[in-house]
Amino acid sequence: MRHEHIEVNSGLMIALVLAVISIGGLVEIVPLYFINDTVEKVDGVRPYTPLELRGRDIYVREGCFLCHSQMIRPFRDEWLRYGHYSLAAESKYDHPFQWGSKRTGPDLARVGNKFSNQWHVQHLVKPTSVVPESIMPNYPWLLDTELDYTDVADRMKALRYTGVPYSLTQAEYEKNVKDFGKVVADQLDISQAKDNLMKQARTFNYDGLPDRVTEMEALVAYLQVLGTMVDFSKYDEGYFANFR
Amino acid sequence: MAHSAAAPAEQYNYDIVRKFTIMAMVWGVLGMSAGLYAASELAWPFLNFDIPQITFGRLRPVHTTLVIFGFGGCALFATSYYVVQRTCQARLPSNVLADFTFYGWNVGVLLGVLSYMAGFSQGKEYAEFEWPLDLAIVAVWVVYFYNFVSVIVRRSQPHIYVANWFYLAFILATAILHIFNNISVPVSLTKSYSMYAGVQDAMTQWWYGHNAVGFFLTAAFLGMMYYFVPKQAGRPVYSYRLSIIHFWALIFLYMWVGAHHLHWTALPDWVSTLSATFSVLLLLPSWGGMINGIMTLSGAWDKLRSDPIMLFLITSMSFYGMSTFEGPLMSLKSVNALSHYTDWTIGHVHSGALGWVALVSFGSFYHLFPRLYDTRIHSTKLIYVHFWLATVGIVLYITSMWVAGIGQGLMLRGFDDYGNLAYSFIETVEFLHKPYVWRAIGGAFFVAGILLMAYNLVMTALDARRERSKLEAKLAAKLART
Repeated sequence: MRHEHIEVNSGLMIALVLAVISIGGLVEIVPLYFINDTVEKVDGVRPYTPLELRGRDIYVREGCFLCHSQMIRPFRDEWLRYGHYSLAAESKYDHPFQWGSKRTGPDLARVGNKFSNQWHVQHLVKPTSVVPESIMPNYPWLLDTELDYTDVADRMKALRYTGVPYSLTQAEYEKNVKDFGKVVADQLDISQAKDNLMKQARTFNYDGLPDRVTEMEALVAYLQVLGTMVDFSKYDEGYFANFR
Repeated sequence: MAHSAAAPAEQYNYDIVRKFTIMAMVWGVLGMSAGLYAASELAWPFLNFDIPQITFGRLRPVHTTLVIFGFGGCALFATSYYVVQRTCQARLPSNVLADFTFYGWNVGVLLGVLSYMAGFSQGKEYAEFEWPLDLAIVAVWVVYFYNFVSVIVRRSQPHIYVANWFYLAFILATAILHIFNNISVPVSLTKSYSMYAGVQDAMTQWWYGHNAVGFFLTAAFLGMMYYFVPKQAGRPVYSYRLSIIHFWALIFLYMWVGAHHLHWTALPDWVSTLSATFSVLLLLPSWGGMINGIMTLSGAWDKLRSDPIMLFLITSMSFYGMSTFEGPLMSLKSVNALSHYTDWTIGHVHSGALGWVALVSFGSFYHLFPRLYDTRIHSTKLIYVHFWLATVGIVLYITSMWVAGIGQGLMLRGFDDYGNLAYSFIETVEFLHKPYVWRAIGGAFFVAGILLMAYNLVMTALDARRERSKLEAKLAAKLART
């Protein structure tokens, strides 16, 4: 076929352009849903609790991912600085993913449990008070703003629709008990969402304010769970390398 | 496509081209200023002023959206409507539908950036618009496609001119990318969750993200190049065959390369390797396009000495060549291990976005604007000044980002004699301060340039109005005498 045929026929040109631009995406994206090894099987990874979920929403709202990655690469310096490289399974409930593309600040994939709650609160209110050279903005309003959790159940329902195993029915709840254990399954029960959120806030008091549930509370709860779900001591050294 | 300045004004819809050109300048000034401010926040963090709406995390998408979709988008609407009408010698089918794309697109951009400042974001780079705006964009885009294709269908030439192939591919690809990357489940009007998670979401996002660069910021601007460079040079496109090969190769290869943003991550290695391979291959059509553009000037090189618009166009293609060489280089896994997560990426993007996209748009606008107003540019001297401000600004920007990115990358992987990390993370942040200051200075040069251009274009429009009223007065006087 001569190229001239295409140049004089707009319908043919549109069809060919569509065909040519579709191939790359089809070959690279579609198999990710069908090749089982894409997301390896690991114990411990669970959906976020209602409080952590609201914290994650705030993380997205403030655009934290524009300066902090959540994806540790398999290099020695990153291992020393941040810990074990990130697994695909560790973000399998992340809608959207927050791997990031730029580290103006350090990676946060395993920041959970590395600092105290008080440190996080002080750092978020005024980063230079704990890291004098920091160029991170202050986030004082997180501590002043009450957390809006009126629609937390709706948020979990939307995520359930995407495939996150938050439970609405008894059957779903029982499956969660089997998959994650009763303690986690209770947290994933949408009908108990608000109670669970309040209970977690009261028990751990992430923001240091005993009688209030602030946005800070949720964000710190989220930061403290990052990278803590998988117990790496349970796996042999080469285990995860097989999935790369 | 002989130039026909004498053609009656109503032959083509120039009103829509004027409107989009003006809004491109408005968003350009605002978006580049927002970028300068965000860059200054990194150099001097007190500029965040504890105001949620302007902290870096919310301002950065304001900057990227204003320059990509505001400035770039309007520039593409303007030039594509201009080019398709002139090269097909047919008018846009409907003024109302043309205006619909104008108001729809610009209101969308405005609401989008206001919503980010208010804290509504999908949390995916360059796709931060929440779902109601995403749907509105789809509606605008469908009408845009209809407008554009209607002109092509009613063309009075048998052949579809090469610039229109590129615009067409851009319109189609952008539709596919936008729709598939933004599929999400709404919670409320202002909040939704991406349908995809983790690995699949990352892959879809960078398939989208890199092709926003590949089609929105490259293919479409190549369309611009294929019209305005030959026009301004007064020479035909260098090679017809080269344009065929580079068109099909470019649009085919681009769609494969997004995963090079995800090297060494939890994305399976096979995808990452595949994307790196195609990234290297992409160098060929990219340079094919650059050569085709630059060689169009062969036989008219003297214009570089006498025509500042030509300076803009040729320099833009040089930066295009440079950043499409740097891109494949950075997509190699070993280089990416150092460059990823650092400011090298930011520098690379800007050598493309400022050097290629903005300069080719500026050059095209300087060509286009006086024609839209049927007059001459207010000041050629100011075009020269703008050119040098812009060029010096870009060079300062990208060299400071090379220093920042490569420097930080090397520091982060540095070990001392005992095998411990040589630097803490915060030491690398301290190191970044000076490059960040230089980057802001470079950005200030560039913003100064576009302000000068805005002044020049406003004066051009005012000159045109004055000339017209003078002409009308003369006519009226003549009529009164008879």
